[in-house]
Parts: sequence; structure tokens; C-alpha cells
Amino acid sequence: MEEEMMEGGGVQKKFMFVNRKAPYGTIYALESLEVVLIAAAFEQDVSLAFLDDGVYQLIKGQNTKASDMKNFSPTYRALEGYDVEKLYVSKEALAARGLTEADLVVPVQVLSAAEMADMMESQDVVLSF
Amino acid sequence: MALLHTVNKSPFERNAFDACLANAKSGSAVLLMEDGVYAAVKGTPAAKKLGDAMKSVKVYVLGPDVDARGMTGKLIDGVQSVDYGGFVDLVTQHNAVESWL
Amino acid sequence: MPIEVNGKSFETDEEGYLVNRSDWNEDVAKAMAKADNCDLSDNHWEVINFLREYYDEYQIAPAVRVLTKAIGKKLGADKGNSKYLYELFPYGPAKQACKYAGLPKPTGCV
Repeated sequence: MEEEMMEGGGVQKKFMFVNRKAPYGTIYALESLEVVLIAAAFEQDVSLAFLDDGVYQLIKGQNTKASDMKNFSPTYRALEGYDVEKLYVSKEALAARGLTEADLVVPVQVLSAAEMADMMESQDVVLSF
Repeated sequence: MALLHTVNKSPFERNAFDACLANAKSGSAVLLMEDGVYAAVKGTPAAKKLGDAMKSVKVYVLGPDVDARGMTGKLIDGVQSVDYGGFVDLVTQHNAVESWL
Repeated sequence: MPIEVNGKSFETDEEGYLVNRSDWNEDVAKAMAKADNCDLSDNHWEVINFLREYYDEYQIAPAVRVLTKAIGKKLGADKGNSKYLYELFPYGPAKQACKYAGLPKPTGCV
């Protein structure tokens, strides 16, 4: 894969983070977000894919007051400030869960399984959570 | 000998929910908690099964887990929400708890 | 290592960040700054308050690049640049200001 040189002389790669887990049942979603922020802080070309239960991470109106967990859904809205603007959501995953784009906290691109597969194919690094 | 069944996994990821419904006898109670609450969301295959099951079992969800996941107001009718105190009450009101993990 | 403020003790981690965000008040910020030989001016407070608002909104402490850009957007280009922010917070604007603001160390900050 060709690598792009950054201003400081570092290497920029295309990183895709594939999120397939619901937000609170396991630590995967929060860990993924953490690594996304680190990759973005190192000025990598970061994109996020949300498949299967991963789409639940982006649902509006999460309120963890009563369950006393950290609500990290507002952090997805900070990604734009980190220049992370490529958020891809599986069309099939939304439909199977009775959800639409309007239920999500951030603007996303909804992709079919075939389009998503192409997107994955075009990455240098794919990290699964 | 009514049992309280609890399900804490997403119906899309594991078969705990299906296994629970297949084994819950008429008159028992099913409490959906943690990622199990997704089974009660309108427009999902699981919610359809849950609706059918409700004819013979009482269905509850743990409210704090529904709120955390942003699913408040998205659940099918007939599901009763309980808080942590209500969860404890359910446990004491049933002979035993069967956890579907 | 706990920090003593007005006769009360607050828990901090090994780098001096507050363990419980709810322990924060302006006197805590002042005490932390004093320990670094830093007198907090209105310009310092502007950044500290900005960070607290940012955390409330997004639930994270921003990386320095993101902070600089966001400050520029809100307070103007004369403040949204590294030179201005490093003069205020010589230990690193994100690191040092986040500490005084009672936030965790920014993610990706080593």
C-alpha cells in the first residue's frame, strides 16, 4: 500500500475501526473510541464503520444517570473536531433493528453490505472491536 | 413454582433470548436487562417473538438499562419497566431466578 | 498524592490530575497552579473554563490540536494558536490546563 508522508515526516495510513458491539454490555465500544481518538491525535486517516449491534453505539438519547455508567455517546460528536468525518453505518444493521439515520447522534453515511466491503478493502489497517 | 427468567445479551448476538422464551413456562416472568433490553425494541424480530410470548409470560425490562441505551419510548407495548428496587421485588416474588447468559 | 485545599484533601493521580472530577472548584485550580509557580490570570481562566465546557459537551479532554482549533473558533485566531496557548501553559496547553480544570489527561497525550 502506498503511504502518504505527513508534514512532520511521519507516515499517514488509512485506519478503519470496525465496531460491532452494543455500547454498554462490553468494554469494546469505549475502547474503540479511545483508540480512534489516539489515532486521530496522531493525524492518521481514520474512518469508523458501525455494523451489527455496533449501530447501537450511535443512538440518540442515551441516559446513564440511573445506571451510573459513563455515557460516552456525546464523544462521537467530538470526532468532527478531530477531523474524523468518515462514519459509515450498515444499512442492513439499522433496518434489522427498526432504526433509521434520524435515530443517530451524528451525521453518517449509510452503506449497503457491498459498499461497506469495498470501503474495508481500501484500508491500510482494519481494527475490529 | 413460577420462575423469574433474566436475559442480559442482545438477541442479535447470542441466542440467550430465544433459549429463554423456548424454556419459559406459562405464568413465569421474563426480565430483560443490560443488552437484553434490545429484544423489546419495536420493529425487531425479537420484539415480535416477545409480543407472542407475552400471552403467557409477564415481561419486564430494567429501566436504567433501557435509558442508558437510548431506547426509552422505543419499546413495544405491554412491557413493564422496573428500577433496581423493582428488580429485587421480582426476585423475592419468584421461587427462583434462571439467568440466560 | 492528595492535594490540600482550604483544609480539605483531594485525591489526585501520580501526575497530579484530580481523581474525582466532582472535587473541582476554583480554589483547587488555584492551588494546582500555585504548585507549578503559575498565577492564574483571566486569560488562563478563559482556557480553563473553555475546557470544562468542552468536557461537559463531549465527555473527553481534547487533544492539543483540537483544543487550539476550537479555541480559535470560539475566542478568535489571536488566541487559537500554539504560541499564545504555550505562553499561558508552558507545560503544554492541553496537559496543564486540563489538570487545572479538573479533567483527566487528554486521550493520546503521552
